[in-house]
Amino acid sequence: MGWGFIGPFVAVFGLVFLAPIGYALYLSVFRDRLIGGTSFVGLDNYGEALADSRFWEGLARVGLFLLVQVPIMLGIALLVALAIDSGRLYGKSFFRVAVFLPYAVPAVVASLIWGFIYGTRFGLVGNINETFGVTLPDPLSPSLVLAAIGNIVTWEFVGYNMLIFYSALKVVPRSLYEAAAIDGAGEWRIVASVKLPAIRSALVIATIFSIIGSFQLFNEPSILQKLAPNAITSDFTPNLYTYSLSFSGQQHNYAATVAIVMGVITAIIAYAVQLRGMRKG
Amino acid sequence: MTTSLTTKAAAVAAEPTGADRATAPRATTSRRRKRPPHTPLRPRPSIPLTLVTGLVLVYTLLPLVWLVINATKDQNGLLNSFGLWFADDVNFWDNITRTLTYDDGVFVRWLLNTLLYVVAGAGGATVLAVLGGYALAKYNFPGRKAVFAVVLGAVAIPGTALAVPTFLMFSNMGLTNTPWAVIIPSLISPFGLYLMWVFATEAVPTELLEAARIDGSGELRTFFRIALPLLMPGTVTVLLFSMVATWNNYFLPLIMIKDPDWYPLTLGLNAWNAQAQTAGGEAVFDLIVTGSLLTIVPIVVVFLLLQRFWQSGLAAGSVKE
Amino acid sequence: MRTHTTRRLLGTLAVVSALALTASACGSDTTDGAAGGPKDVEAALKKGGKVTVWAWEPTLKKVVEDFEKKYPKVDVELVNAGTGDKQYTALQNAMAAGSGAPDVAQVEYYALGQFAIGKSVEDLSSYGARKHGAGFTPGPWNAVTDDKAVYALPMDSGPMAFFYNKKVFDKHHIKVPTTWDEYVEAARTLHKADPKIFITNDTGDAGATTSLIWQAGGRPYKTDGTDVTVNFGDEGTKKYTATWQKLLAEKLVAPITSWSDAWYKGLADGSIATLSIGAWMPANLSSGVGSASGDWRVAPLPQWTKGDKASAENGGSSLAVPKAAKNKELAYAFTEFATTGAGASTRVAEGAFPATRADLESKAFLDTPFPYFGGQKANQVFAESANNVGTDWSYLPYQVYANSVFNDTVGKAYVSPTTLTDGLKAWQDASVKYGSDQGFTVNK
Repeated sequence: MGWGFIGPFVAVFGLVFLAPIGYALYLSVFRDRLIGGTSFVGLDNYGEALADSRFWEGLARVGLFLLVQVPIMLGIALLVALAIDSGRLYGKSFFRVAVFLPYAVPAVVASLIWGFIYGTRFGLVGNINETFGVTLPDPLSPSLVLAAIGNIVTWEFVGYNMLIFYSALKVVPRSLYEAAAIDGAGEWRIVASVKLPAIRSALVIATIFSIIGSFQLFNEPSILQKLAPNAITSDFTPNLYTYSLSFSGQQHNYAATVAIVMGVITAIIAYAVQLRGMRKG
Repeated sequence: MTTSLTTKAAAVAAEPTGADRATAPRATTSRRRKRPPHTPLRPRPSIPLTLVTGLVLVYTLLPLVWLVINATKDQNGLLNSFGLWFADDVNFWDNITRTLTYDDGVFVRWLLNTLLYVVAGAGGATVLAVLGGYALAKYNFPGRKAVFAVVLGAVAIPGTALAVPTFLMFSNMGLTNTPWAVIIPSLISPFGLYLMWVFATEAVPTELLEAARIDGSGELRTFFRIALPLLMPGTVTVLLFSMVATWNNYFLPLIMIKDPDWYPLTLGLNAWNAQAQTAGGEAVFDLIVTGSLLTIVPIVVVFLLLQRFWQSGLAAGSVKE
Repeated sequence: MRTHTTRRLLGTLAVVSALALTASACGSDTTDGAAGGPKDVEAALKKGGKVTVWAWEPTLKKVVEDFEKKYPKVDVELVNAGTGDKQYTALQNAMAAGSGAPDVAQVEYYALGQFAIGKSVEDLSSYGARKHGAGFTPGPWNAVTDDKAVYALPMDSGPMAFFYNKKVFDKHHIKVPTTWDEYVEAARTLHKADPKIFITNDTGDAGATTSLIWQAGGRPYKTDGTDVTVNFGDEGTKKYTATWQKLLAEKLVAPITSWSDAWYKGLADGSIATLSIGAWMPANLSSGVGSASGDWRVAPLPQWTKGDKASAENGGSSLAVPKAAKNKELAYAFTEFATTGAGASTRVAEGAFPATRADLESKAFLDTPFPYFGGQKANQVFAESANNVGTDWSYLPYQVYANSVFNDTVGKAYVSPTTLTDGLKAWQDASVKYGSDQGFTVNK
């Protein structure tokens, strides 16, 4: 009977995820060339992908992104969630909605907005430079562009994660606080020893989905690429790399291979985090 | 409204789990107002904390303020005035009219397309996730554990490289350039499935289901009569998240839809943007900015209307240990 | 190794058979009988049907109306399936899928080689396209044809010209540069007088760079069937890098990417003082930078050698008929209508820049005053440029890919101490590697 209920999901999932993945697996053992057509190459594409420095550099970049941006984003989200939950904010329902709003902004629109803010000549950065006679570094220069992207991703998803944490906090049984408060625990103490442990599973889920999101970083760099074409190369992230392989280079076979390798790496890390996160405590 | 009330009543009557916990803090909130003593449990609103958290608010709202201000400018105003302040003349209504009527009112067509995709795609995604999550939570069937592992593994594979295989498959099925090409892939929400799974585990007491079975109720009937009402808040949660996802969907329609008559708003706005980048094309940045604002408004309204549903839904969902 | 030679052999066979096909098709052209001849086109027009056209060029709208009026039985569906490489991707995908390809597709000159080498577009010579050869200007016509086939018909062209903001020039007493050395001088003077003003913007653009190399006499690409040469070490390229390196080193070009909203702002407020770009630019200026109307003027490109009149093409597109088209006769009929005769004139009247001699030489065209340019008869400058476009230029048969990695390689020269010469060398290496991977014989 269980399959009866999950059957529709599995069927559609098979059609839109598993079948293309199967197809990609099939593609990954061939090579198609403009001159000479298609030939079977076995695991050659995998060998090439594993030795492809453009792929590994992209992976290292999203790895760095993951290590820096995800903690910041989840940290801010958690702090805001705790602040709203503490009941010590004026206008907390306004906070709740306003912090969440950026999630509703489509990426195309977000790029226009941030493109303006980052502009060193006509943008907000430019205006600040002019007004205060300072020279802020260009956010879209090669050394800062990853941080600029991290900022946009944080902006977009901080509210989303905040809501997950906030809602988790709302259902922590108040009897737990009361007991702690009677024992004389301060607010921070309650946060550390009651609230955080109680929402651990929400933290783990948010982390896992953020890891997958970071490894698949695509929209933001791809849109900013128009403004900073030299800082964001066509192999800036693994997902951008597979995109340009597939769409500009018509190298569907190799793109499929890189995607599969990337998927395996992501899945392993996500799975490890889940195991570790769930085991603790 | 009535459904949600019955939901809670039923849950409380049956067993004080998920839904009950979700209502508990709300009860204390009203009590808090009557009793002033400030303790860690009943704190006084704090100005410093509000200010510090307000920084985050500035961060999230500033870019949106830019959008609102610039939606009042025409093409010249956009190019020649400071971004965070108004231009000399305010063209807000004029911009809205022009956005809605430009190119024979194609924006309205895109809006209707988007609504279609959201209703069919996000609606369907919710149905599938609710059914699937319920099955994972309440049935023991062979392969149950594998399902989520496979889903998570599949989601980990970058979508951009799967776009071409998906396109070729859909093309063979004759689905490209039709609404189905957008709707069918939108039907899958892995996050929704996960959420419904934990939510159903919490919110639907197994004892209730067993009692119904003993009374001779069939599985489907049990689901619709007992489980579904209890799952309502979670269902609305998943609905909202999938709605935003479908509303903002860009990459998939980009590959699948070539006929502007079937574009969703995101693709349409992008096409207007691309127009400024071609020889002989007309730059319509003013319409893009106004169109962007109009694109966000409906989704914001939906949030505001339904926010309390998702709070209780998410809440019960994330209690799971 | 054996498979390799077999493959190459098969490739050769394919080329040979394609040649044979072309030959027989050409034969049928004169006998007026076999499939695909002009007679069939006539018959198809009488019978009617539906033609799907993928194009983003705005003036085609009017042409479609006229065509449908002339041939009421034909229904033309004009679809904007994306711009540039987005549309090519869609086209490749549809071709790979075997369904959903349009009957006519807009393809820029630089991208046509990819479709020609992949044999995914019809050879239009069998429909009688060669007879129009003399009617087109040489640059565009060379871009769509080789001795084997006619892969498309030229729709427009982009002979380059020098657009400058006269108001800014006058204010700072700058004379219009006639050589690139004078241009560099002007850049210095302007930027020194007002640090907000840049002579132009540039963040690395494959199309612009190759066009300027083209003007300088460089011919980095040579293609002969599947034999490809990529060489950014020739004299023309050196002239370009020597000049442009100065501009980059002294930070005299604005780091603003073309077509961004910041770019339009810079063109409007005078901080981007000049553009060296294709003759299709006026339409973009008047629609996107309306507030600067009257400020701008047009002049011939600065020269690499004083007294020369060299020019090059920048951009421009053709209309091609994919092999996967359902109704090729009708598709050709529309292509011919839109690119020659009255159709071409209609599009010119709507603001497109012609690739047809008749339009380019017409008095009405040459004498049209441009209010945007203060009444200047700008078409005379453009027409002269069209006549001076350097010959024998060719793009790579996989230029779309090459351009997609331009900023990965040459782009380094814009944001790091890497020199343009080294950047171009890296671009060359990437192009050689891709070409070899794709089965071409590159630089051998």
